[in-house]
Amino acid sequence: MLMKKERSATKRPAKGLADEPWQLCLYVAGQTARSLAAFANLKRICEEHLGGRYQIKVIDLLKNPQLAEGDQIIALPTLVRRLPWPIRKIIGDLSNTESVLIGLDLRPPTPGGHHHED
Amino acid sequence: MKKAKLKAHPTLPKAPTGIQGLDEVTDGGLPRGRPTLVCGSAGCGKTLMAMEFLVRGATQFGEPGVFMAFEETAQDLAANVASLGFDVPRLVAQKKLLIDHVRLERSEIQETGEFDLGGLFVRLNYAIDQIGAKRVVLDTVECLFAGLPNPGTVRSELRRLFRWLKDKGVTAIITGERGEGMLTRQGLEEYVSDCVLLLDHRVAGQVSTRRLRVVKYRGSMHGTNEYPFLIDREGFSVLPVTSLGLDHEICTERISTGVERLDAMLGGKGCYRGSSVLLSGTAGTGKTSMAAHFVNAACARGERCLYFAFEEPPRQIMRNLRSIGLNLTQWVDKGLLRFHASRPTLCGLETHLATMHQVVSQFQPHVVVMDPITSFTAIGEIVEIKAMLTRMVDFLKARRITAFFTTLTHSGDILEGTETDISSLIDTWLLLRDIELSGERNRGLYVLKSRGMAHSNQIREFLLTSHGIELKDVYVGPGGVLTGSARLAQEAQEQAVRVLEGQEIEVRQRDLERKRQVLAAQVAALEANFAAEEAEVRRGIGQLQQREARLQQNRLDMADSRQANGAGAAKRQAKP
Repeated sequence: MLMKKERSATKRPAKGLADEPWQLCLYVAGQTARSLAAFANLKRICEEHLGGRYQIKVIDLLKNPQLAEGDQIIALPTLVRRLPWPIRKIIGDLSNTESVLIGLDLRPPTPGGHHHED
Repeated sequence: MKKAKLKAHPTLPKAPTGIQGLDEVTDGGLPRGRPTLVCGSAGCGKTLMAMEFLVRGATQFGEPGVFMAFEETAQDLAANVASLGFDVPRLVAQKKLLIDHVRLERSEIQETGEFDLGGLFVRLNYAIDQIGAKRVVLDTVECLFAGLPNPGTVRSELRRLFRWLKDKGVTAIITGERGEGMLTRQGLEEYVSDCVLLLDHRVAGQVSTRRLRVVKYRGSMHGTNEYPFLIDREGFSVLPVTSLGLDHEICTERISTGVERLDAMLGGKGCYRGSSVLLSGTAGTGKTSMAAHFVNAACARGERCLYFAFEEPPRQIMRNLRSIGLNLTQWVDKGLLRFHASRPTLCGLETHLATMHQVVSQFQPHVVVMDPITSFTAIGEIVEIKAMLTRMVDFLKARRITAFFTTLTHSGDILEGTETDISSLIDTWLLLRDIELSGERNRGLYVLKSRGMAHSNQIREFLLTSHGIELKDVYVGPGGVLTGSARLAQEAQEQAVRVLEGQEIEVRQRDLERKRQVLAAQVAALEANFAAEEAEVRRGIGQLQQREARLQQNRLDMADSRQANGAGAAKRQAKP
């Protein structure tokens, strides 16, 4: 199912994501301050930039350690963008919004994009 | 606190690696339940050593292991070590080994704030718990620095990781790339400080040698030298050859050298078992032939011999020796003799030594021949060669293996010096020497020294005949030492003199006999004369006595007839 969706997504460029909801996976290990901060930051950024078109799945590796290998998780917290394609991986507590936007392809890493943020 | 703990436990618990030689060097293995850093430059065998540690742990010591690979995939790793006979997929299937490949792509990772390496911890922990691992390898953890932003975070997280490994109680190997001026590029040695092994792969004179050194090992004795190691079909092997001392067990058994006269020169019984024999000589003096006799004698006793040939291929040696009546092929066929031929320039001295160790350990010979040791001068300095031979001699002595070395000396060199200057290591030193006289070269054999036996001080002439080596007495006289045809001439001359002298004696004896016979004849003649004379005299005496008796009778008859006295009358009267 998931694979199908990913493949259909490949045909679209990242910016034309009108209909497809984003699938985001946040890997954490327990309810640490850092993981809570990461989740809060992610929620805020998604609300601001994606409207309602997103799904966030939080994976606690303390509960499901076997899931760490699949996405090659080393650092925590790690956010994996499953959809739209291509897969993106960003690490850290997502406190640097600019980096998160660049990492999620929501903003090209150009100086022109800065005024939007203000 | 850690130190206090160490003092309380003078014998640090260790996890044997099962790697040949490494456990000896480390006095039992790696520190159990602690991380060990294995560092070295690219291609020096870190990954292989780590993998062998896990494989041997799983197969020999019942300790499952986790291999966390940062550089290679599980498939690559398995394929790489398959050539060493490690069946990684099978071990994985048996849950004795778990390979977790950690792939880090710096370009795929965007940093957005503070992070830790919790994912790594989770994965490692999960892997360890999955198979109940006792051993862990992290190869090469420094990839984290390249794969992740913020080295400061990585550094502190690694520190935490190593502490965590210790708490977890697993014996770990962490590999690290050699850095400029320090052991590892990222200074991991600061964090992993219990045991640090350094692997080295040096090239000197186009010849490479692998070496291992225990840089530190807290709370344990360990060898401090650089030890050569090999990576071959059986994996990793370290050679703790320098750790040998001089407290070998000594044997009083004597063994034949294969040449009867030489045994006679060596106190009548040959050399000691487990001693080292050096045969030095100039080119073409028959060193290999002598060595072959030694081998032949040993094989004939049913002992195993290992022949390291550095100049000739084995078949050539065997062919050539047939010309002096030695059949070594039969011993090869019977498995008593093994040749190990290699050019000295094939690898470095240490590697040679390592190989020889390995072959000796495998074959367990009684006699080892190295022919010739001087060919090593092509690849090393005299000092190095001497060091290597010292280790070889010690190694062989410790195993009571009789060593027979040949060395090539150049004519014109000092007689008592060998190219490699190892005479002090040697128990019995035989010297083959050209003796040049009246236009021919002949071979002379001396026993220069032979520890612990009354050996001959005589030079013997050394002949290679179709039935082996023969030792002849040389002629030593006012004219010097004579060998070869000069000796033969001298012998002929002496023979002639002896014949002459023999004849003289015969003549004199005959003369004497003749004189005795003459004397006897004379005595016989005299006796005959005397007998004749005696007979004559006796006959004369008899005649005279008869005549006297007749005269007396006549006188009586006369008186009777004259009746000159009464008696006669009475007698006559009474008569009728």
